[in-house]
Amino acid sequence: MNLRTRTLIYAAVALVLLLLPAALSPMLGGDRLATHLAERNEPPSWTHPFGTDWLGRDMFARSMKGLALSLGVGLTAALASGLIAGALGLMAAALGKAADRFITWLIDLFLSVPHLVLLLLIAFVTGGGAKGVIIAVGLTHWPSLARLIRAELLQLKSSEFVLVSRHMGRSNWWIATRHLLPHLWPQFIVGTLLLFPHAILHEGAITFLGMGLSPHQPAIGIILSESMRYLSTGMWWLAFFPGLCLVVLVRSFDVLAGGVHALVDPSRSQE
Amino acid sequence: MRLEARNVSKRYAREAWLFRQASAAFRTGDTVGLLGPSGCGKSTFCRLLAGYDACDEGEVLLDGATLPTSGYRPVQLIFQHPERAVNPRWKAGAIISEGWRPDEALLDSLEIRREWLKRWPSELSGGELQRLCIARALAPQTRFFIADEMTTMLDAITQARIWRTVLDLAQSRGMGMLVVSHDRHLIDRICTRVIDFRELAYGRHAVEE
Repeated sequence: MNLRTRTLIYAAVALVLLLLPAALSPMLGGDRLATHLAERNEPPSWTHPFGTDWLGRDMFARSMKGLALSLGVGLTAALASGLIAGALGLMAAALGKAADRFITWLIDLFLSVPHLVLLLLIAFVTGGGAKGVIIAVGLTHWPSLARLIRAELLQLKSSEFVLVSRHMGRSNWWIATRHLLPHLWPQFIVGTLLLFPHAILHEGAITFLGMGLSPHQPAIGIILSESMRYLSTGMWWLAFFPGLCLVVLVRSFDVLAGGVHALVDPSRSQE
Repeated sequence: MRLEARNVSKRYAREAWLFRQASAAFRTGDTVGLLGPSGCGKSTFCRLLAGYDACDEGEVLLDGATLPTSGYRPVQLIFQHPERAVNPRWKAGAIISEGWRPDEALLDSLEIRREWLKRWPSELSGGELQRLCIARALAPQTRFFIADEMTTMLDAITQARIWRTVLDLAQSRGMGMLVVSHDRHLIDRICTRVIDFRELAYGRHAVEE
């Protein structure tokens, strides 16, 4: 088995793990989320693989729902940030010195404010809740990717093979589609994929701090923050399983992005 | 045809002038050698001649007109580092036919093996890549061929064969050649005229001072 097949298998497994919460959550309907006071504080068992909480709610169902919600937030936010990063990066490199200076300044401005503070401010200003979280996470994750795309494009534009292409009589459009895009899109896809875990962790973080989703929604951040109060009474499963799921989810994105990167890079095609 | 550099000067950003008021003229059919110590501006002068960079002063003229800015350029430059002059995401076959489709005879005489054309640049050596770059720049429309340390990375035998091919082609097509090298013996062997870059670039400047 060569590296290519192995990478493909890893990436496929990661993708399945990512889609699992989204596929499971509609099946784990109302009843398991409802309170069953007779089954309170049960440790993990076959009927409740992740145990139950102090209201008798099934933690497996809550975790899956929470992950599905986090995935939704992460997807929207990563797409929004990816689009902003792509547009600003292209504009900085293509629209001349003044635009470049302005966009570089904007990137530095966003990077100079502590990320969590910025997230809290935007979530607060836009009224909190799911909408606030999505807007805040979507609007603050673009600067590093935009900077990467800008730098990559500037370097490509002055690279010798692009200059040679012009001397071979090729037009700007031809060079953009044949030389520049094939270099940019893998960076863009991998960069956007790697925004996901950031977005999900930040969503969890602001929800944990109480500025995000409302407490009745089973978001991973809420589950973790609620479980903090019960940890000292020995109910370890309340934090352990949802936390582990979050780690697996984030790591799956890493593996997926790494796999995509390895598959599209020709210098690694023989490994 | 006549390629002329008229009082060209170049400096990078606000640094001191790299060279000033350099003038030289080349004709098709000539093979001219350009000698000079490293770092004296030979490569930059070649970039100006081929239209890769703009002059800060003076102009480069082809038959009295400025260099064309579209279509296949009649003045082609071979870079010193072939690995930077090819797109790492293109296979060799695509690289070689970017400007024109080189014929089998040319590939044979440059000793380009057909199986290279299916490989990525990272799987070819510097010498192999340089031969692809040479083939790419030898379209029939090329009137002036500027070789900036073109064969430095090749062994002596391959070097000799490649120069034989390029010189034969230059002669049969009446192409102008500018050969930049540290190798005095190579230049003495193949060039009809030798220019010392220091005289060209600093000679007049020294007189003015």
